[in-house]
Amino acid sequence: MEKTVKHREFGLPESPNYSITVDVPHESDPDDLWKDSRVYVNIGPTHPAMHGALRMCARLNGETIEKSYCEFGYTHRAKEKLGENRTYHNFIVYTDRLNYCSALINNVTYAMAIERLMGVEVPARAVWIRMICAEMARVIDHLICVGINAVDLGAFSFFLYGFHQREEAYTLIEKLCGARLTTSYTRIGGLMHDAPPGWEKEVKDWVVRTRKTVQEMDKLLTNNRIWSQRTQGVGVFTREQCMKYGFSGPNARGSGIDRDLRRDQPVMFYKNVEFDVPVGKNGDVFDRYLVRMAEIFQSLNIIAQCADRLQPGPIWSEDKRVRIPDKDVVFNTMEGMIHHFKFFMAGFDVPEGEAYTTFEAANGELGFYVVSKGGPRAHRMRIRGPSVYHYQALSEMCQGAKIADMVANLGSINIIAGELDR
Amino acid sequence: MDIRTPVPTIYGDFAKKHMELWRGQGERLKSTFPSAIEEIRWPGESATDVPIFYVSKSQLVEVLRFLKEADGFEYQFLSDLTATDEEVEPRFEVVYQLASFVSGSRIRVKTRVREGERVPTATSVWVGANWPEREVWDMFGVRFEGHPDMRRILMDERWEGHPLRKDYPLRGYQLFPDPMPINVDLLKD
Repeated sequence: MEKTVKHREFGLPESPNYSITVDVPHESDPDDLWKDSRVYVNIGPTHPAMHGALRMCARLNGETIEKSYCEFGYTHRAKEKLGENRTYHNFIVYTDRLNYCSALINNVTYAMAIERLMGVEVPARAVWIRMICAEMARVIDHLICVGINAVDLGAFSFFLYGFHQREEAYTLIEKLCGARLTTSYTRIGGLMHDAPPGWEKEVKDWVVRTRKTVQEMDKLLTNNRIWSQRTQGVGVFTREQCMKYGFSGPNARGSGIDRDLRRDQPVMFYKNVEFDVPVGKNGDVFDRYLVRMAEIFQSLNIIAQCADRLQPGPIWSEDKRVRIPDKDVVFNTMEGMIHHFKFFMAGFDVPEGEAYTTFEAANGELGFYVVSKGGPRAHRMRIRGPSVYHYQALSEMCQGAKIADMVANLGSINIIAGELDR
Repeated sequence: MDIRTPVPTIYGDFAKKHMELWRGQGERLKSTFPSAIEEIRWPGESATDVPIFYVSKSQLVEVLRFLKEADGFEYQFLSDLTATDEEVEPRFEVVYQLASFVSGSRIRVKTRVREGERVPTATSVWVGANWPEREVWDMFGVRFEGHPDMRRILMDERWEGHPLRKDYPLRGYQLFPDPMPINVDLLKD
């Protein structure tokens, strides 16, 4: 038996977004208070608790989610199709909009992917700056994740502490490339601009201040009783489940999977810096939070080490194929002008080949699978966003949980709609 | 340096580190599944970063399960599942990127699919293959046999065509003013 209750009876506007169906079901459970009714609710795609345009449809027994399914794709911008229709240089700006909380990591990974296909070596200074950028983006991403997760559960001031440091980090990034959020900082074979003089000193000051702030944040929330009760034992996802679903990054480490691509598959100069990989145990919201907090400190240590080793030097590869011609050559010589024009209008050719380049992004394994058949455009530009695999598991994570815990789970696995929808 | 010649030796020291392991695994795979392994492309000989094993569709799931569970392979982590449109028959290649936590190596498994053919699903090996397979169906129109929930995923369910096919136009917009209502059938036990 099934009856659909008219929207008017609930006083809701008549819209498919608010349809409520009351289902009269199955077996009778003596303890089941709501035994005669199951309510279907639609959460999202535009809902303040859903991070980005995500949608979850759930069958509720009272307040408990009995079964649910998730949908996404509301911000699909056809990045993979654009990757086949734009030159390799043009595609850099699209990588910003993947995980927009850590745009620099996407820039760096994309540049690495194409450099790997072409065999381009980047000079040391550019690599150290890229590492600082990647770790700064990771700190920003983790601050947002734990902050928003806490806001969802009612701890607002914690979030503001983190947000202040995030804004300061964005100011440092602005000094590098002129943009705060959509950075497009890396170029294939180099960087957009060199870091301004004294930048590494400012970065080190920021590291000291941020470390202090995050310690304060830690004192504020980690041992808070309400926070513990809302997060410990909530959204437990075991090691085996994580492996089944292809979890990576802090979410997998929260469940005890000791894997970090920076350590296990080192690229750039990660072999030369010292850091620990924090690993959780229980795989609940609290452990994922702890792993992220611990990773912030590790990332800050890496930034300090990188800033110490930053030496003056070139930031561009000497490879003529990828190097953007200098402006004085462009404006003063005919050949330079032609070179500039050809570079930006026609793009440079990438030799035939394919490579799957991965890097430990803030959320997990970010991968670019680029297939080139020669020419200035990719044959296939596949982006492996970690959030896809995490969001897939949300239904199972929330099964039998309360709606309020669903919000905690969603915040803790840090779904970014940009890299989910691509 | 002529930019048109392929440069197969440029993919870093990853291949150097794991080459011996991969050679051994290739031999073992060939002797275990003599009819399933169609072709192996090695880094250094062709332009790729890790070896590519071309597996026939009929034994794909057995090979994947072997790669995941057999000693000496242990590719437990399905890193990515996608497809490419090659424009000539067999038109599609479904690509599996596998990673091993034990040896730290990666390999790539591919299977060739003609238009309209189906691929056996890998959801029995990795539950996480569910959504990527739906995405391949959505974007390329390759269906998976035995998949629990073969619906579109990124596009609307009313969408026509498969956007990542090479013959699909870049600006092939389709607009749907109304959102899809809740699919109550999916929420039944």
